[in-house]
Amino acid sequence: MKTIYLDNNATTMVAPEVLEEMLPYFSQYYGNPSSMHSFGGRTAKDINDAREKTASLIGAEPDEIVFTSCGTESDNTAIMSALDVNPSRRHIVTTRVEHPAVRALCEHLAEKGYLITTIDVDGDGNLNMDQYEKSLTKDTAVVSIMWANNETGVIFPVEKAAQLAQERGILFHTDAVQAMGKIPIDIKNSAIDMLSFSGHKLHAQKGIGVLYIRRGTRFSPYLIGGHQEKGRRGGTENTPAIIGLGRACELANQQLSKENGHVRALRDRLESEIINRIPNVKVNGGRSPRLPNTSNISFEFVEGESILLLLDQYGICASSGSACTSGSLQPSHVLRAMGVPYTMAHGSIRFSLSIYNTSEEIDVVINTLPPIIERLRNMSPYWTSDNTVCANQ
Amino acid sequence: MWEYTDKVREHFLNPKNIGEIEDPDGLAEVGSIACGDALKLTFKLDENKRIKDARFKTFGCASAIASASALTEMLKGKTVEEAMKITNQDIANYLGGLPPEKMHCSVLGQEALEKAIEHYRGVSHKRPDEEIVCVCFGVTDGEIEQAVRQNNLTTIDEVTNYTKAGGGCKNCHEKIKAIIDRVHASGKQEEKPLEKPKLTNLKKMRMIEEIIEREIKPSLKQDGGDIELIDIVDNRVLVATRGACATCQASQATLKGFVEWKLKELVSPELIVEEVSL
Repeated sequence: MKTIYLDNNATTMVAPEVLEEMLPYFSQYYGNPSSMHSFGGRTAKDINDAREKTASLIGAEPDEIVFTSCGTESDNTAIMSALDVNPSRRHIVTTRVEHPAVRALCEHLAEKGYLITTIDVDGDGNLNMDQYEKSLTKDTAVVSIMWANNETGVIFPVEKAAQLAQERGILFHTDAVQAMGKIPIDIKNSAIDMLSFSGHKLHAQKGIGVLYIRRGTRFSPYLIGGHQEKGRRGGTENTPAIIGLGRACELANQQLSKENGHVRALRDRLESEIINRIPNVKVNGGRSPRLPNTSNISFEFVEGESILLLLDQYGICASSGSACTSGSLQPSHVLRAMGVPYTMAHGSIRFSLSIYNTSEEIDVVINTLPPIIERLRNMSPYWTSDNTVCANQ
Repeated sequence: MWEYTDKVREHFLNPKNIGEIEDPDGLAEVGSIACGDALKLTFKLDENKRIKDARFKTFGCASAIASASALTEMLKGKTVEEAMKITNQDIANYLGGLPPEKMHCSVLGQEALEKAIEHYRGVSHKRPDEEIVCVCFGVTDGEIEQAVRQNNLTTIDEVTNYTKAGGGCKNCHEKIKAIIDRVHASGKQEEKPLEKPKLTNLKKMRMIEEIIEREIKPSLKQDGGDIELIDIVDNRVLVATRGACATCQASQATLKGFVEWKLKELVSPELIVEEVSL
């Protein structure tokens, strides 16, 4: 059975071009970039090339790029640094829908005595900008707002938000893990001080992250050790991963138009066919500016894990915001923040596409899904044919 | 990805006995869509009072569907008395085990079974003396106690896995801990049964007096309340509430849920506590 991979917001396939570029750095050019000999020195040069390619994807300067081990490390480093350089400020502003890499850290900091303001979103997943502006105070050390939401794909006006923070002398960090490679990002003309992203969401390998730190931003390292990354992140460089990331960023730059053409068209067709073929469904965040690859759909009166496991029988990979799949007992915090009713939230499925998906794969999904939903609804004590009201809003 | 057994997968992919029996002998609806799983169970008896058919409808994950399917299979051919003995652990065992985080699916099955049998017997399944401990998932102290007792649970996480209680806002964690401690404390008492031979009236009275003095009063006094033993008539223990208990709206719940429960547990299961004003 062929795998139909529609879970690219979870992780992506390493692009063949990326893998090819990485391979020599395992057993051929394995030198330590910090070494004095030319064998190691050549990898230092190659890392710098990769740094340039990475920087150019977001319009940054190479020395503004720090390589880390993952998106979570980048997020943690950025926020902890901002607190470290502003020891007298004890307030953090973030949103209710952040990824756990920011959200759980803020909860942890709240226990340590920091005041955390979490900005609400409306039913369409849009940020409450009035509330945001009012939340910024003299005591605010840092703002951390994601560029695009991992579950719904809804895009936040981070450039505007960063502008408001800058006017008040507050550091601004954005978690751009999901946005990177899917929409154009130009950091140069923005007021963003720090930005995180991760290699494995844009067809590089797992275990490589990036923290962009604007020149002149006061910074305090999280990992303290060697002088790597200009003393901003200790630890021997993960050479193959960095080389691969450089290539992945180069490819992402070239393929941005394909993301917004091919991928968007597949996503839109998937969504409209599901709405046409299945009653009582709702696209979460569907009316807001969204990433071109993400579709979060709720199927009323059925539970997400059951849908996923039945899709799995056909090799279709997706994910869900239901309680049973989240590892906790409550459905996704993102959907709850949007006020999605429980009848819908437990039955939410996220499809996230990539440039490697095909029209034929979408055909399989739209033919496979309706009988699965029907089967589960026939099993559900809440489903009657009378339920087919106010559907497809 | 959950590690489901082959048996769970089989009952999820090909569930047995989906549907509803018309004009059933026993019927129950438990759980809710807000909590993420719900189960409707119906059964019908044959002329020999054995369960000839059992059917379910469920909203839930793979293990909820599998647990319901397993339960209906287990019920067939059993008398109501035999069926009553099925525990959540039996359902999990039938399926070759469930992941710890999914044990609440088997508990939901047992809960549905109990309520369906109560429905069959015409007993009200309202338990007014029970108090909701977990507001997020609407779990009562009685339900938590039962899960702790039956499955010998010792941590809050385990209670959450089995009943969902404490899995939301976490505000009830202290209460859950208190229930765990209480059940295990009384469990130790049970190991050396107090009412071994026949309980004479004299002995029973002395024991009731002693338990009230030693176990019940100190606990009530912590909340500023008190209790006085007025009389014992057969199995009726007549008491008067004092202090904060006399004016407290929850004192009825305390009398039934705590005082009576303690006395039943430690003296005799036939005892009934009644409040008299004196």
